[in-house]
Amino acid sequence: MSSIALRRRAQLGLLLGPVSLFLAVFFLGPLAIMIVTSFLAPGLYGGVEWTWYPHNYGRILGFADPMFEDFDPVYIAIFLRSLKIAALTVIATLIVCYPAAFCISRLSERWKNFCLFLITLPFFTSLIVRLFIWVLILRQTGLVNSVLLNTGVIARPLELIYTDGAIILGMVYIFIPFMFMPVYASVEKLDWTLVRASLDLGAGPIRTFLRIILPLTAPGIAGGAVIVFIPALGNFVVPAILGGAKVMMLGNLIEQQFLAARNWPFGSALAMMVMAVMLVLLFVYVIVSGRRGIDAATGR
Amino acid sequence: MRDSIVRLEKAAKAFATPEGHTVTALDAIDLDVSRNEFLTLLGPSGCGKTTLLQAISGFVELDAGRILIDGEDITDRPPYRRPVNTVFQNYALFPHMTVGENTAYALEVAGVAKAERTKRVADALRMVGLQGMEGRKPRQLSGGQQQRVALARAIIARPKLLLLDEPLSALDKNLRQAMQIELKTLQHELGISFIFVTHDQQEALTMSDRVAVLSGGRIQQLDTPRAIYDQPKNSFVATFVGASNLFEGEAIGGQLLTADGLSITHAKVQTTGTATALIRPEQFFIAQPDDAAPSLDVDLEQIVFVGSTFELFGRTAAGRRVIAEIPATRRNLVGEIEQSRRARLAYDPAAVHLIPAEAA
Repeated sequence: MSSIALRRRAQLGLLLGPVSLFLAVFFLGPLAIMIVTSFLAPGLYGGVEWTWYPHNYGRILGFADPMFEDFDPVYIAIFLRSLKIAALTVIATLIVCYPAAFCISRLSERWKNFCLFLITLPFFTSLIVRLFIWVLILRQTGLVNSVLLNTGVIARPLELIYTDGAIILGMVYIFIPFMFMPVYASVEKLDWTLVRASLDLGAGPIRTFLRIILPLTAPGIAGGAVIVFIPALGNFVVPAILGGAKVMMLGNLIEQQFLAARNWPFGSALAMMVMAVMLVLLFVYVIVSGRRGIDAATGR
Repeated sequence: MRDSIVRLEKAAKAFATPEGHTVTALDAIDLDVSRNEFLTLLGPSGCGKTTLLQAISGFVELDAGRILIDGEDITDRPPYRRPVNTVFQNYALFPHMTVGENTAYALEVAGVAKAERTKRVADALRMVGLQGMEGRKPRQLSGGQQQRVALARAIIARPKLLLLDEPLSALDKNLRQAMQIELKTLQHELGISFIFVTHDQQEALTMSDRVAVLSGGRIQQLDTPRAIYDQPKNSFVATFVGASNLFEGEAIGGQLLTADGLSITHAKVQTTGTATALIRPEQFFIAQPDDAAPSLDVDLEQIVFVGSTFELFGRTAAGRRVIAEIPATRRNLVGEIEQSRRARLAYDPAAVHLIPAEAA
C-alpha cells in the first residue's frame, strides 16, 4: 500500500475515533451486559443469579421450565400488537406526509423553508407535555367529548383514550417529522421532466404515478418507514400515557420487568427479542435498498 | 395543397410574469406541417418556439385557437392521449429502468404483448445504433448514447409526429454534426414528420425541409432553408440567420441610397421607396483596379483567419460596419490589403437582396 493510502486510512481512523469510542463504551458495553443477563436466572429478591437459564426466552417462545416459570402466550400477543401498532403508525404517517411533501416541494423557496420550520416546531416543546395535551383532548371529560355532548351529537361520552386508536394517534403525532424528512428529501429531488416524459409516452396519471413517481421516491418512503417503525415498536411513553393500563406494548412490558417486577433477566430477554425483530427488518431493508444501490452503480 | 399532418389555427398563448406583466408567447400562430416533413422552429430564447412545441405535445394549454393532428382536433386532449411523442432536451430517461424498459415504455403502456415488445425494442435500438444495449442502465451510457435511447423511446410507438426540443444542445460539436445527419436519415426512413426546435441557425439550415423563424411569438418567415438565407422577408430574419450587412435607404431605379451617402446597386430596378438591402459577407470579393463591379471602400479594422475563409471587419468612411468573407484561396490578395489596411469590396448586383420597408 502506498504511503498516501496509508495516511488516508490513518486520517479516517482518527476521524472515526471519537464516535467509535463512544459507541463501544456506551452502546456495545451495555448491550453485552444485556445479552449475558438474558441467559441468567432471576434472583429471588431482584438482581441475578449466575446460572445458565435459557427459560427467559422459553417464557416468550414456549419452552419454559415448568418448575418455576410458565410459557404464557400473552407475550407473543403483546409482540404482535406492538408490531401491528408500529406498522399502522408507519402507514398513517406516510398517508399524512407523502401528499404534504409533494405540496411543499412545489412551493417557492421562502414558503418551503417556512413549512419545514413548522414541521420541526414540535421539537421545541417537551414530548411528555405534548402527549398530556392529548389526554386532555381525548379523555371522558375532554375537549372532543364535551363538544360532541354539548352539541347533542352523542348521548354519552365516547371511549377515546386508552385504546389502540389513541396510541396510534399519539404515535403518528410524534413521528410525523421523522417520516416527513426522508420522504420530502426524495420528493424534492424528483425530476418532473420524467413525469412529463411518461405522460408524453401515453401513460395516464395513475400509471405515471405507479411506474415513475412511486419507484423514484421509494428510497425516501423506505427510509422514513424504518426511522418511524423502529422507535414506534419499542416506544413506551405513548402507551404509558395514552394507553393507560389497558393497552400494553413491548416498551411498557420491558419497563415493567426491570422496574416493577425486578426480573432483569426476563426484561433483558424481551429486549433482545425486540432487537432480533428489528435486526431482521433492517437486514431486509439493507438487502433490498442495497440491491437498488448496486443497480444504480453498475446497471445490472 | 400538400397533405397536412399538423395544423395550428390562430394558436395563442400569453403568460403572466412574476412582475405582473403579460408576455405573449404565441401570437395567433397559423402553421401547417406536411406529412413526412422535417420542420424546424428557429428563434432566440423567449421567442415562443418551446411554447409552440409544448402546445402541440399538450403540456401548454392554448388561450385560443385549435390544433389538429391528421384532421382531428386535439386541442383539449391531455398529453397522454395525443399521437405525438417528444425527445426532451435533457433526454428525460427513466433512471430506474434499463435501456430496454425505457424504450419499451410506450408499448408497455399501450398494452402491446411482451414478445412483440421485445422485437420492436430490438428494432428501434438497431435503428439508432444501440443494438444489444437493452440491459444497460441510462447512467452507464454516454451523452450521445442517452440521446439515442431517448430517440428510440420516442419513435417506437410510431407517433404521427415527433417533437424534438433542442435535443442536440448538450452534445459536443462533432457528435452534434454526426447526429444531425443521422436524424435526417432516420426521419426519412421512418416517414414520420419531425418538428425540431433549436436556436442554432446552422443546425436549422442543415436538417430542415422548411424552417420557421420565430420572434415575439410570431412566425417571421416560413420557408425552405435556402429561401430563408437568400431571401429573408425582414431584417430580423436576415440578421438572425447568418451574418449580414444591411443598408437602409431609398430605392430609385436600381440604386439604393443610404442616409450616410452610400449607393448600393441592385438588380431589382423596378423597386422604389424605402427599402433595406442585404449583402451576405461571402458575396463580397476584393475588387481589382480595373473591375467594373459596384463596390464599397472600407478601412479594415481586423482580418481574422478562420481556416476556409478570411473574415474582414471594416468600416466605411461614414463609420458603417461591413463584414466580408474572402475564400482562403485568395490569400495573396488578402496579403496586399493587409499591408494597406484599405480595401475595395466589390459585389454582384444580382446577389443583393432587397427587403421592402413595410416588411422590415
